[in-house]
Parts: sequence; structure tokens; C-alpha cells
Amino acid sequence: MTNTATTGGARRSPQAIVEASLKRRYAAERRFRLLGAGAVALGLGFVLILFISIVSKGYTAFFQSYIELPVTFDAELIDPQGVLREGGLDETEIAQQLRSVNFLKLARDALRAEFPAVSGRTQRRELDALLSPGAPLQLRRMVTSDAAVIGTEQSVRLLADDDVDMFMKGRATPISRLDGAGVLTLEGDLEKIGGELVVRVTDDGLLPLLERARARLHDQADRLERQQAGLQRSRDAQTARLEQGGLGAEQTAEAEREAARNARDIARLETKIQALRAEAEGSDALLLGADAPSFLLRIKDGLIKLLALEASAARAELLVPPVSTAPAEAGTWETLELSIPEGARRLTDQQLAWVLRLQHEGLLSKRFNVPFFTNGTSREPELAGIAGAVLGSFYTLLLTLLFSFPIAVGAALYLEEFAPKNRITDLIEVNINNLAAVPSIVFGLLGLAVFINFFGVPRSTPLVAAMVLTLMTLPTIIIASRAALKSVPPSIREAALGVGASPLQTRLHHVLPLALPGMMTGTIIGMAQALGESAPLLMIGMIAFIVDIPQGFTDPATVLPVQIFLWADSPERGFVERTSAAIMVLLAFLIVMNLTAVLLRRRFERRW
Amino acid sequence: MTMIVEASAVKPANLKADHLAQDQSTTTTVGEISSPNPRMVCRDINVWYNNNHAIKHVSLDIGKNEVIAMIGPSGCGKSTFLRCLNRMNDTIPAARVEGSITLDGQEIQDKGIDVVPLRARVGMVFQKPNPFPKSIYENIAYGPRIHGLTNSRAELDELVETSLQRAGLWKEVKDRLDAPGTGLSGGQQQRLCIARTLSVSPEVILMDEPCSALDPIATAIIEDLIDELRQQYTIAIVTHSMQQAARVSQRTAYFHLGDLVEVGTTDDIFNQPKHKLTEDYITGRFG
Amino acid sequence: MSPSLLLFIILAAMALAYHLGRKRAIGVAGGLKKINRLHSLPAYYGFYAALWVGLPTLLLLLFWAGLQDHILTALTLAELPAETMANLSEGQLSLLVSDIRNLASGNLMGREPSAEVEVAAAHYLRLQGIANITLWTLVGAMALAGMAWAWQRTTPSFRARNRVESIVMILLILFSSIAILTTLGILLSVLFESIRFFQKVPWTEFLFGTQWSPQIALRAEQVGASGAFGAIPLFTGTLLVSFIAMLLAVPVGLLSAVYLAEYAPRAVRTWAKPVLEILAGIPTVVYGFFAALTVAPFMRGLGESVGLDIASESALAAGLVMGIMIIPFVSSLSEDVINAVPQSLRDGSYALGATQSETIRRVIFPAALPGIVGGVLLAVSRAIGETMIVVMAAGLAANLTANPFESVTTVTVQIVTLLTGDQEFDSAKTLAAFALGLTLFVVTLILNVIALHIVRKYREQYD
Repeated sequence: MTNTATTGGARRSPQAIVEASLKRRYAAERRFRLLGAGAVALGLGFVLILFISIVSKGYTAFFQSYIELPVTFDAELIDPQGVLREGGLDETEIAQQLRSVNFLKLARDALRAEFPAVSGRTQRRELDALLSPGAPLQLRRMVTSDAAVIGTEQSVRLLADDDVDMFMKGRATPISRLDGAGVLTLEGDLEKIGGELVVRVTDDGLLPLLERARARLHDQADRLERQQAGLQRSRDAQTARLEQGGLGAEQTAEAEREAARNARDIARLETKIQALRAEAEGSDALLLGADAPSFLLRIKDGLIKLLALEASAARAELLVPPVSTAPAEAGTWETLELSIPEGARRLTDQQLAWVLRLQHEGLLSKRFNVPFFTNGTSREPELAGIAGAVLGSFYTLLLTLLFSFPIAVGAALYLEEFAPKNRITDLIEVNINNLAAVPSIVFGLLGLAVFINFFGVPRSTPLVAAMVLTLMTLPTIIIASRAALKSVPPSIREAALGVGASPLQTRLHHVLPLALPGMMTGTIIGMAQALGESAPLLMIGMIAFIVDIPQGFTDPATVLPVQIFLWADSPERGFVERTSAAIMVLLAFLIVMNLTAVLLRRRFERRW
Repeated sequence: MTMIVEASAVKPANLKADHLAQDQSTTTTVGEISSPNPRMVCRDINVWYNNNHAIKHVSLDIGKNEVIAMIGPSGCGKSTFLRCLNRMNDTIPAARVEGSITLDGQEIQDKGIDVVPLRARVGMVFQKPNPFPKSIYENIAYGPRIHGLTNSRAELDELVETSLQRAGLWKEVKDRLDAPGTGLSGGQQQRLCIARTLSVSPEVILMDEPCSALDPIATAIIEDLIDELRQQYTIAIVTHSMQQAARVSQRTAYFHLGDLVEVGTTDDIFNQPKHKLTEDYITGRFG
Repeated sequence: MSPSLLLFIILAAMALAYHLGRKRAIGVAGGLKKINRLHSLPAYYGFYAALWVGLPTLLLLLFWAGLQDHILTALTLAELPAETMANLSEGQLSLLVSDIRNLASGNLMGREPSAEVEVAAAHYLRLQGIANITLWTLVGAMALAGMAWAWQRTTPSFRARNRVESIVMILLILFSSIAILTTLGILLSVLFESIRFFQKVPWTEFLFGTQWSPQIALRAEQVGASGAFGAIPLFTGTLLVSFIAMLLAVPVGLLSAVYLAEYAPRAVRTWAKPVLEILAGIPTVVYGFFAALTVAPFMRGLGESVGLDIASESALAAGLVMGIMIIPFVSSLSEDVINAVPQSLRDGSYALGATQSETIRRVIFPAALPGIVGGVLLAVSRAIGETMIVVMAAGLAANLTANPFESVTTVTVQIVTLLTGDQEFDSAKTLAAFALGLTLFVVTLILNVIALHIVRKYREQYD
């Protein structure tokens, strides 16, 4: 080595030091690289989770539950004078005729006919609730479009209520089946719905059920214990803080109050846990209350709910009468466990029994959800569709495009090609860059204060929405258009000017066509941004509840993202899947738009 | 002694297209490619950028404590060859290097060879001064820091001072070590980059047209510096200026379109070139 | 006879004018064969005529559409008995006006209109009819005059092209100035309403007060009707959520930018980059839904399992989802910045024997720092102005807290809440929204200007 250490002769050579450091440095290298890869993976993971969470919530909305029933279009009820059947009426006259007809009764009667044993107001009301409020509208529409159905019996697929729909989609309660062992005999009145029965099963055939029910009680107790432990921990922390001292009088009092509350909660949970354990361990018949899972026996097409359970006998309630009273052999009956307790469900056990029965008979089934794509919004999830919002978005976007494209192209053309470089154009440039980063909600404020309150543009309309979105997307399109103009080489301009074209002709005939693909790409991206935007539209009244599908630019309307926002706010469980499905539709539109932009760029990309 | 080395007839194993084979050198290197006391020995080096054969069958030794200049018209591959010597070509994804290069008898072309210690031993100065956007002190301290060459602040201070002194920059900057390195003049920046290279105590210093971005006065200072550094280091310098090669080097290698045409002592190359191409270049018929 | 019908008629008239103008030019030239006698191509004479017909009428239409309602309403109200008018508060007045307009446009109303309103509505309708006829007449007259003017100007020596081009140029300049008008419009609209707000509530209370509970004043004399407008809890809430977002987005965005720019194999880069950019294209309302229905319950469950009490609308959930949204923003800005660092600096570092990560951490990062800071500032401005995620996931409770597990509210959430109810426009409550909007606009404007300046300077350094 010609050159050892620069300082102090006796030390190791730099080469040796470098060699010695390698292991540590390469470990650091690997760690850093892994960190980077991890960050990318995390980002990709978020994309995946987002999509999975939305698709898994939303795909069911593309199907809808219908109850297929024979409906008698009673001529006496619908058309006592026979005016409709004569024909020759226009739409408004038909509507006039049908105004007072009780189609709800028709629909309900059809359902009741399926369950003749149902009696009493409460039971009937429960049964009626299985049908959607949209069912009578379906019947009315049938009569309106074809008077020939009057006086006939038709098999009609009526919309099921959203609670039924949710159950059909497995979102109400998980169900597990258990085959019956032993011979089962029923004792009691097998006609009266709601009546009490005694169930006897040979060979301790109910023992598996009993064990399951007990296990559930223990599960419940375990859950409460975990909750209790959490409370205990936070109480310990409070005690520690109190003992540490140094708190003000007010804080001490507050902490003490909280500690006392925690102590009360812990004691209350303790009692509950004890009770649950005792119930589970007890030798008496196990009572299945409203906060226990429901056990339904299916026997000979009938359904029975268990109330109290022993190994070989049970007390039960009749929900759907069986077709025969003979003892059921092992394997011909089964148990359905609905793990969510009746008290925490939207449908009672009785209603579920009817639903199961309808499903068993093949009358209740899911079909492709056409109304989702053809209806406007509604308070009822099963009636709510995206047609209004999609059309609103369409009108809004069309206007936005008509406003923003010419303006943006004109502005870009001037700024890039003609504007002198001075303070004012500099200011415009800074301004445009800034506007691109201004929060969108501020544009909403502008729209509200200037367009609606000052210029009197009607609120909630595609027109005012488009005006706001135009201002919002202009910077994006202008910036993209300028970049496109910049990429056209000066030689083109020189060539055109050289043959005597005026500056404007040069730009319009030669530069603009070459820059157009780039401008269109920018415009599509701007339109995609406008399509997904919702915050500024909230300010200008697009969140009004509008059922009607808009027919023009000045009809009150909403747009898809705002519809999503409104549905996401709705408490009904059925709206969750519809919101997700609407999101899927919105994302599909956006993906198509962005892909178009990418393809356009690829197709026309030119290297000079 | 004149030894004529036939450019190897061995075709690179993974040379795909036939037309590439036509690139294969038909010339032979004139002059003595080997050195009695070699630090680096290169044999049959080939470099491709994608399908472009940039260096063809070049063999050359670089002797201890000598300055070897590489000259030739632009695009002749001299810089590419230089970058092989500390494997800087690894940073260009499209580049592929074949052949054998040894440093003190140790092969550096093997896949398994670690470029980090190699580059600490074979330093490089670039065409355009490229000080880091940090203070002068930090620019010099960077190398020793990453390699862990010093154990204390005092040692580091000393190392920074020696490096700057060797690069002849100490007197000019000792009062403003905290000033940004990018604030220096072009010539000072280049000397800063040389000092930065010296700070990790390399054995070989590669210089890729180190003066091409500088004015004549700064160039003269750097050339004097190169002469001084020869006492301790082996230096390979690529230059497009024949005068510079004549002034600073002991040996000169002339490259032409990826071929190493002629090697010899600088005096011989400039006074009695043996190859027609060399003569044409030296006498200014092209270049 | 809607304005849109008139619009179509004007457009058709323009097409006709173009045709006539062109014909006329060919005529004065003496036929198609002699058009080289003309100064400009015949089409330019056509354009000239079309512009004379179209521009004045379109401008008139625009003004008419903007002002008609105001004027008609004022005229109608002037006809109402003076004693009725005197007793009306501003709120009742606007109700009355909307009643009259509804009735006039034939919309159904929930209640039976009073006799006064019916009379007024009839009057309004009559005025509207007169206005319509006037408009049509005016438009027709202006179009004819324009056409006549263009017709008369069309001579072979008339420099039609130059005229048309200068009009087009003026239009282009107008289009360019829309950006400035927008900024001005934003500033003025929020400023005016904010000034009215600060007349009701002192600005010191707004900026430094710690109580936020805007209430609706049902009656003016009601006790405590004015509510409390101390915006500090909103500011801290906004900062808390943004801070959480940046805590996620900056490291993840930066590290993925580094990986994609420096490490990733080609195949990974070509796929991972567009997929990450999907995150940037997803509408914020989707993130809001994701935050409210997936992340928030997940966080709550997670908190429960470790004994933490996390609110169902926590700053944490909103912040994290906002962070996810901002990741691609930070990442693509940082990648641009990192790629702008010249290769020569990397070479210098590698030539000294630095490893890749040493080069990145000790040379590239410091060199790219200004650009990265600029990008992060832009991201912060985005986080502060983000609306939907916080509206859907952060809640309305104006808690003054730094605890990310609690529910907080933000400036944007309050703007939306204050402006989406049905209320009169003058209450302190709606005006407060504009004061918040002003704050938001000013803060983001400052951030943007600084960030854009830094980024621009950085670019120039390495260009």
C-alpha cells in the first residue's frame, strides 16, 4: 500500500477500516430498502383494503329480494265502473281513476293468503312489514300500463322490505344448521300461531343444542369479563394518578367521580357475569330469553321457536304450523341457530320464520336489481336508485365541459402564445397555480355568495353546480393545456408564420391541433375531478332530497358523490350496501375516464 | 520493446446479433500495453450500452505512481473505459461490462466483488465539479464519515485539513469551512471534489476531463496538483486536450471508436506516433 | 320562452349571419372567381357578421338573466300595501318573496296562499310577460342592427380578418382573466360576509375564544341567542386531524417515493406507481365513507380490545384516512423532486464508495429537502382544506383537546354544517361560516404561496 492512513502511522489502513464497516453498512442498506418497499406495500395495501371493503359491502346491492305472489286484481276494487277496461284514457286520466284505489290492500291480501293461520292485528302487522312500501306502486304501475290485468290473477314479484332483503343477503344474522338426532314429537295446539307447545325428543336428542346454548352463555360472560377488565385497567390508572397527587381540586373531583362510576360499572358487570355463569351451569331447563340466540326447529315444513331447553324436552312456541302432526324421525328435522338475539334484530323470530318458509317454498328469491339503476332516491333503501344522481352528474358534467374547455383552451392559448411577459401575466400565472391548490369548499362559498345570492342562479341545479365546478377545474385544464402547447416545437410556428399566416391563424391552424390531444387528456382529468367532487356542491344546495329524476339543466338535482354522502348518512342498514354500490358505479365511471385519458396520451404521444 | 497484442478473437458469450459481431475490432493496439509495475491490469474489456458496442477488446495496464492520460475524439469510449475501473458503469442500467480488471492482483469485475470498498480505493473526479449541497467541511467529511475512518471530531478535523491541503485548497477556504461548497468558484469546486476524493485515501484516482469546465488559470492549478499527487497516487486521466495530456502524463493511450489504438510513453505518442490514426489525431487532422 | 330557447335562436341567427356575411363578401368582390379582390377570405366577413349579431345579444341575454328576477321582485314588492311591508322582518320578507315566486311559477305549495300573495303573484306574472316581450324585441332589434352594420361594412378593402382576430384576442384575454376574477370573487364574497359577521361578533372573540356553540336565534330577544363563536377548538381540531394525516402520509409517501425512484425494478415501478395513483383519483366522499364505516369501527374495536376508549367519530380515524388520501400526493411530488436531483451528485457519492442508502439519506435528501418541504406544505394545505372525510368521520363536537381518540370538529366541517341547514342568510350562524371560510382561504393561500415559491426556486436551482 503506497498510501496508508493519513494521520497517525500505527493505525489500521483505511482499506481495512472500510472492509470492517461493510457488514454494518449493508445491514443498514437492507433495512432502508426494506423500509421503502414496506412503504410501497403499505400504500398498495391501502388500495386493496379500500377496494375490498367497498366491494364486499356493495356487491349485494346489485341483487334485490322479491316475493313472488299470486295477486288478484279485483275489478270491483280497482275499476268498479269499467272505465279503465274500456280504454282510450290518457295518462293523467288513468292516474285520476287510480288515485283512490287501495293497492296496498291488494299486495297485503296476496301475502296473507300464503299464511292463512295468521290472525290478530299484531301478527298481521308483522306479516305486512315483510313487503316493501314500494309493492303497491308496482301493482299500480302494472294496471296503468295494461288495463287487461284487471279482474285477473297474476303472479307478481313484489319488492320485499329492506329488512327481509338484508336477511336474504346474510347481513341480518348468521344462521347455522344442526341436524336433528332422535325422534321428535310435538304436543299442543298445532294450529294456533304463537301457541305454546312441548317438544319431546328421544335419546337426549336436544343435548347438542343445550350444550351450544350453554357455550353461548359462557361466550357472553367472557365478553363481559373482557369489558370489565378494560374498566378495571382504566380505574387502576385513575387511582394511580390520584395517589400521585398534584391535581387541582376540580380535576381531583372529576377523577374521583369517574373512578366511582367505573367502580359501579364493574360491580354491575360482575352481577351480570355471575348470573350468566349460574344460568349456564344450572341444572334447570335453560331459558332462552330475548338476548340469547334464537333456536328454531324446522319440522315438516313448520317452524317452532324454543323457549326453554332440556336434554330431552323443550318448551316451544309455534311460528309456522307443520303440515303433519306425526312424530319426526331423526334426520327429518333440524335446528337453525340465529346467533344474533331477537332483541338486537330488525326482524322478529316470527317474521324470520315466515321469511324462511317463503324461501323454502321458492317464493322469496333474489334477482338482478333493476330499480337500483332506474329509480331516483328514496327514504326506503329497497326503492332507492341512482338514476337521478347519475343523470344529475351527467347534466352537471356536460355543462362543466361546455364551459370549461373553451375557456381553458383560450386562456392557455393566450398565456402561452401571446401574452407579453410582464407583471400581470406573472400574477395570472401565480393565481392559476394557487387556485389549483385552494380547498374546493371555498369554491362552494363563492358559488353560494356570488352565483346564488348575487346573480340569482337557481340553487340545487346542474347549472349552478357546473358554474362552480368550472371555476374549480379551470386551473387543472389550463395548466395541462399550457404544457401541451409548450411541447409543440417552435419550428411549427416558424413554418406557418413563414408562409404568411397571421399569428392567430398559426396557432389555430397548426399549433392547436397538435396540442389538442394533450389538452383533451387534461380536460378528461379535470372532468374526473369534477365528477368526484362533492364538498362545494353541499354549499349550493345539491344535498336537497330530490326524488324526481332531473330533466334538464335547471331542474333541481343532486349528483352521484353527494348522493353517496346522503346515503352514507342514512341510518337504515340497507343503505350501506347501496352506498357501496353507488361508490362502485362512481369509481367505474372514474376508471373509464382515467383510462381514456391514459390511452389518449399513449395514442397521440409524440416525441419531437 | 514493442509488443503487439492481437485484439482477442474471443467473442463475448452473450453477443446476440450478427451485426454486432462486425463491430469486432479489426485493429490491434500498437505499443506497450503492460506496465512493469502495474496497479491495475485490464484485459479484453468490452462494454455495451444496450446493443451499442462502446468499448471493444481493450487491454491496458495502469502502473503505480504514474499518470496515464486517455485521449481521443469525443465518443471514442475513453470515459466509458475510465468508469469501468471503479465500476461506476454499474449505476447505468443499460451498460454491460465484460473482461477482466484487477486491482493489485485482485479481480474487480466478479459479481461477488463489493463496489463499496473498491470505490474507496479507486476514487473518481468528474467532468463537472459536483460538490454536495453542503458546507465545505461536510463535503470533505462525508467520505470518512460513511466509511467510519475517524474516531473523533479532532481526527476528522485533521483529516479534512490534510485533504484540503493536499488539494491545495486549504489556504483559500480555511476561514470559511462552514460556507456552502457550491458557493466556491469552478476551479475551487473541482479542487474541493479532488480533496473529497483524497479524504478516503484511495490508491487510484480516476479523473474524467477534470478541467473541461474550468478556465485556463484554474486548469493550470489543477494540472500542477495532478503532478504533485502522482507522488502518492496512481492517476488515470481522461482529457480531450492533447496539451494537457502532454503536460501531466507519463503514458498516453489513444482511443478511437471504442478501440484502444495506441499506447506508449507520452513523449513517444506525441513525437513519433506509430499508428496512422494516432498521427492524424495528434497532428490535428480530426478530433 | 325560456332563456335557453332564446340562446338557441341567437346561435342559429349567428350561423345565418355567417352565411349572409360570406355571401355578401363574395357579392361585393364580384363572384367566387374574384375573391382575391377581397382583403380577407370570405369566411372572415362571415365571422365578422356573426360576431356582430351574436356578441351584443348574448351579453344582453346574460345581463337580463342575471337582473330580471331582482328587478321584478323589487317592482312587485313595491306594489304591496305599505303597512304589510312595514311589519315584515327580513326573514318573513324572503319567505313572502319565495311564496310569490313559487305561486307565479305554478309550483304547488303546502298551504293556501293568502290573497295578498295571489295578487302579488299575478302582478309578478304580468311583469314577467312584459319583460319577456321586451327582451325578445330587444334581442331581435340588436341582431338586425348588428347584421346591418356588418353588411354595410363589407367592402373589398375592409380588413375583416384583422377585425375578427382582434375580437378573438380580446376574448382570449377575457378568458385568461377569469383566474384573477375567481380569486377576487372568492376574496370579496368571503370578505363581505365576514365583515358583516365581525360586526355582530368581535374578531377577537372569534380568533381567541375557546367556546364554539353556534345556536339559531329563533327570536331576536331570546336570551343567549347569539351563541358562542370562539373558533379555537375548530382550529385545534383541524390541526390535530391534519397532523395525524401528515404523520402517516409524509413517511409513507416519502419512503415510497424513494423506493420507486431509486430502488424499484422496472416492473414494480410500472405497476406500483399507477396503482398508488389510484388513491389520488378516488373521490373524497369515498374516503369519508371508508373512514366512517370501516376504519372508525375498526379503531373502536381495536381500542376496546386493548382497553382504550376510542370515540366512534375519532380524530384518529379521520386523520388516518386523510393520510391515506394524501400518500400519493406526497409521493408523486417527492418523486419529482428526487428525480430532479442531478445524477452528478449521486455519482460523486458513489465514487466515494457510499452505499445507495447512504447516498439517499446523506446526499439526495439534503439536496431535495427544499422541494420536499414545499411538497409537504402543499399537502398540509390540502389536509386543512379537506372536507368530506372530516364531515363524515370526525364529528361535530367542538372539543378543545389534543387526544386523537376523542371526537373533534374542524373548520370545514363547521362550514358545511352551518350552511346546509335551512336558515336565513343573515344570521350570525351563516355569516360565521364565511368568517371560517375566510380564515381557511387565507391560511391555505399563505401555505400555497410559500410552497409554490419554494418548489419553483428549487426547480430553478437544478434546471
